[in-house]
Amino acid sequence: MKRIWRWLIPLAAVPVLALLAYGFRVSPRDIPSPLVGRPAPAFALDTLDGAPWSLEAHRGKVVVVNFWASWCYPACYEEAPVLERNWRGYRDRGVVVMGVDIQDKREAAQKFVGDLGLTFPVAQDPKGTVSVDYGVYGVPETFFVDRRGRIRMKHVGAVTDEVFRATVDGLLAEPASP
Amino acid sequence: MTPELGYGMTLVALGLAVYGGVAAGVGARTGRLALIESAQHAALGVFALVTSCFVLLTYAFLTFDFSVRYVATNTNLGTPFYYRITGVWGALEGSIILWAWMLSVYTIILIARHRLGARELYPWALATMLCILAFFLLVMTVAVPPFQRQTPVPADGRGLNPLLEDTGMITHPVALYLGFTGFTVPFAFAMAALITGRIGDTWLVLTRRWTIVAWYFLSLGLLIGGWWSYHVLGWGGYWAWDPVENAAFMPWLTGTAFLHSVMIQERRRMLRLWNISLVILTFGLTLFGTFLTRSGVIASVHAFSQGSIGILFLSFLALVLLTALGLVAWRWDALRSEGELDAVVSRESVFLLNNVMLVAAAFTVFFGTVFPLLSEAVRGVKVSVGAPFFNQVNIPLFLSLVFLMGVGPLIAWRRASLDNLKRNFLWPVALGIVAAAAAFALGVRSLLAALTFATTVFVAVTIAVDFTRATRARLRMGESLLPAMGGLLLRHNRRYGGFVVHLGILIIALGVMGSHAWSVQTETTLHRGEAAELAGYRFRFDGLSAVEESNHFKVVGAFTVSNGRPLGVLRPAKKFYPQEQAPIAYVDYRLGLREDLYVVLGDFASDGSQATIKLQVNRLVSWIWIGGVVLTLGALLAILPERHKGA
Repeated sequence: MKRIWRWLIPLAAVPVLALLAYGFRVSPRDIPSPLVGRPAPAFALDTLDGAPWSLEAHRGKVVVVNFWASWCYPACYEEAPVLERNWRGYRDRGVVVMGVDIQDKREAAQKFVGDLGLTFPVAQDPKGTVSVDYGVYGVPETFFVDRRGRIRMKHVGAVTDEVFRATVDGLLAEPASP
Repeated sequence: MTPELGYGMTLVALGLAVYGGVAAGVGARTGRLALIESAQHAALGVFALVTSCFVLLTYAFLTFDFSVRYVATNTNLGTPFYYRITGVWGALEGSIILWAWMLSVYTIILIARHRLGARELYPWALATMLCILAFFLLVMTVAVPPFQRQTPVPADGRGLNPLLEDTGMITHPVALYLGFTGFTVPFAFAMAALITGRIGDTWLVLTRRWTIVAWYFLSLGLLIGGWWSYHVLGWGGYWAWDPVENAAFMPWLTGTAFLHSVMIQERRRMLRLWNISLVILTFGLTLFGTFLTRSGVIASVHAFSQGSIGILFLSFLALVLLTALGLVAWRWDALRSEGELDAVVSRESVFLLNNVMLVAAAFTVFFGTVFPLLSEAVRGVKVSVGAPFFNQVNIPLFLSLVFLMGVGPLIAWRRASLDNLKRNFLWPVALGIVAAAAAFALGVRSLLAALTFATTVFVAVTIAVDFTRATRARLRMGESLLPAMGGLLLRHNRRYGGFVVHLGILIIALGVMGSHAWSVQTETTLHRGEAAELAGYRFRFDGLSAVEESNHFKVVGAFTVSNGRPLGVLRPAKKFYPQEQAPIAYVDYRLGLREDLYVVLGDFASDGSQATIKLQVNRLVSWIWIGGVVLTLGALLAILPERHKGA
């Protein structure tokens, strides 16, 4: 008997290992945002091209508000092409991508937009009020706003094609009004 | 060119390490010395290659070679020379290189020291070291390659995390990693002992000094980390029970337990199983710490960025634990003790109690650290465990440990008689009580503070009693005072080195107690020319100025401090780095033996007319660092080669 049970010793390590493995399934960075489910804070900014842009004017569309900065290397550099690609793919279906550049120099932002060939609207948040309203903790962070103007999802870190598509497809499938 | 060269060297090093590990293992099994020698050569090759990688990366940092991705993410043209060097290990990839390099250095020392001495154990220890080294090289190859090409080459890099721009950052990671990696050697010998079945005391004797070295570096790393936290982070504390601090503290606790339990095995042939388990646990915890810091599983202020590395580390941790515990199960019968506990009041049982408490402390820290994860897994609720939990559980444990620190070294082995107890502890107990009464008379009303003070005095007196008695014995032999004391320290360097380390810990305990019980702070907004008062000090706000530095811009406040007479000007600042959203506070302080003055600049009006500041008068904190110096001296004394007794 004794010979058998001692082989159970290594099993003692298993629960701890399993718990740590579980850790991969959750991210401590997913700080639950109190804004999810609430109306998205309204804002109006001038884009880098000088055109006025406001969230109010896009009610009825799915709006993806992305907070970024040119100094946010490499995550913002990785996600910009993803945003651009999906913006092109979804723009005709009532989806808007809005890039809010925070704590940045204007020239650096323009260079970023030019280098990466971004065509979706991008505006600077010169006083930081928009990022404060949205509780932005770091860049990049992306908020998905549904057609009724409520924040439905907050994504921390670079957005991937999968996240963008899954979220936006889900929001597009919902009715525009209750 | 650099990225490819570096990557190539890493690959070759990995191949050599794997070959060396296998060769040493096969050589040990078949007794073919040529294979073991070949493994040694492979280890030398690995050392040379990892060293070259390290030099190459440093060179890339110094020359702003932004074609290397890691350089581009962790430095920019404004980074000062000094921080371009520390930047090498400032982030994930570089920290793994540093780790691998240290392991390769330890492997070389292991070969140099034990090649001829321990024929049976040495080849298996070498094989274990090389396998672990191979794992870190694998991480460097597949998960976080430091030499990854960056295309297109950016004109400028992102820059180092500004919090790491501090002198502490050159020594803190180095000391910490020397401690972490140092525990690999005792682990390797423990594995060798299990594999060969030579579970006697040989492996303990061989690794005794290795363990002290690793333990010392880990202690130093923790202390420097505390100092960094204290003077850089600007919250006025040195320890926050952050997951990553805990990750380094847990192996320290179990390592401390091991240092003590070893003595029982040497003396009484007891606790074989326990010692082997402690080594496995300590090494496992160093891996766990690395995993925690780098996997992104638990949120922490120190966490490196994440990636596939977490899964790799977890798999390795699983492999190590299952193999090691499997070996323990295999050698179960041989691991059972020969000696038995004779009496409850004896040195063995005091040491045992010390071990149980240290492991209990390690367990509570572990539990508190992974509890958020557990809670999320079981109940789906995000929680955080803060300092109150850790303090509540650990302070009584630590206080008891300090008490045992006085009892352990003096109480008799096997069975302590009443006479032995009286002879050794009458004075210490009496003076401890006097100390508590004196503290009360001086106005100390905190029970915890009085208790800590009394315990510290008790322990210090036991050390004094022992030392005086031993010196007297030598004086009776006709030696004069100073040579007698010096000779004692050198002849019994392990024992007295231990005592000096204990003194260091006592001093640290006093510092921790004082800073918790008596520090005061306030926060206030001042107009230019106004002054705030705290604990008898006046802080007058004289104005703000702006300074442009090579890689940041900073706003500096000037505060004239006086306590009746002028003491000088403190200049806390706020630094604005282009790559950081939030400004970084730069604390200014004035250290003193009794108290530190500590000023943090908060918000300010941009015209310089007013500023919000946090003022702290932190009591006795300096003693923590002084205790660290004493601890260093003690560890050095203990590491000295033991002189032959007699004469």
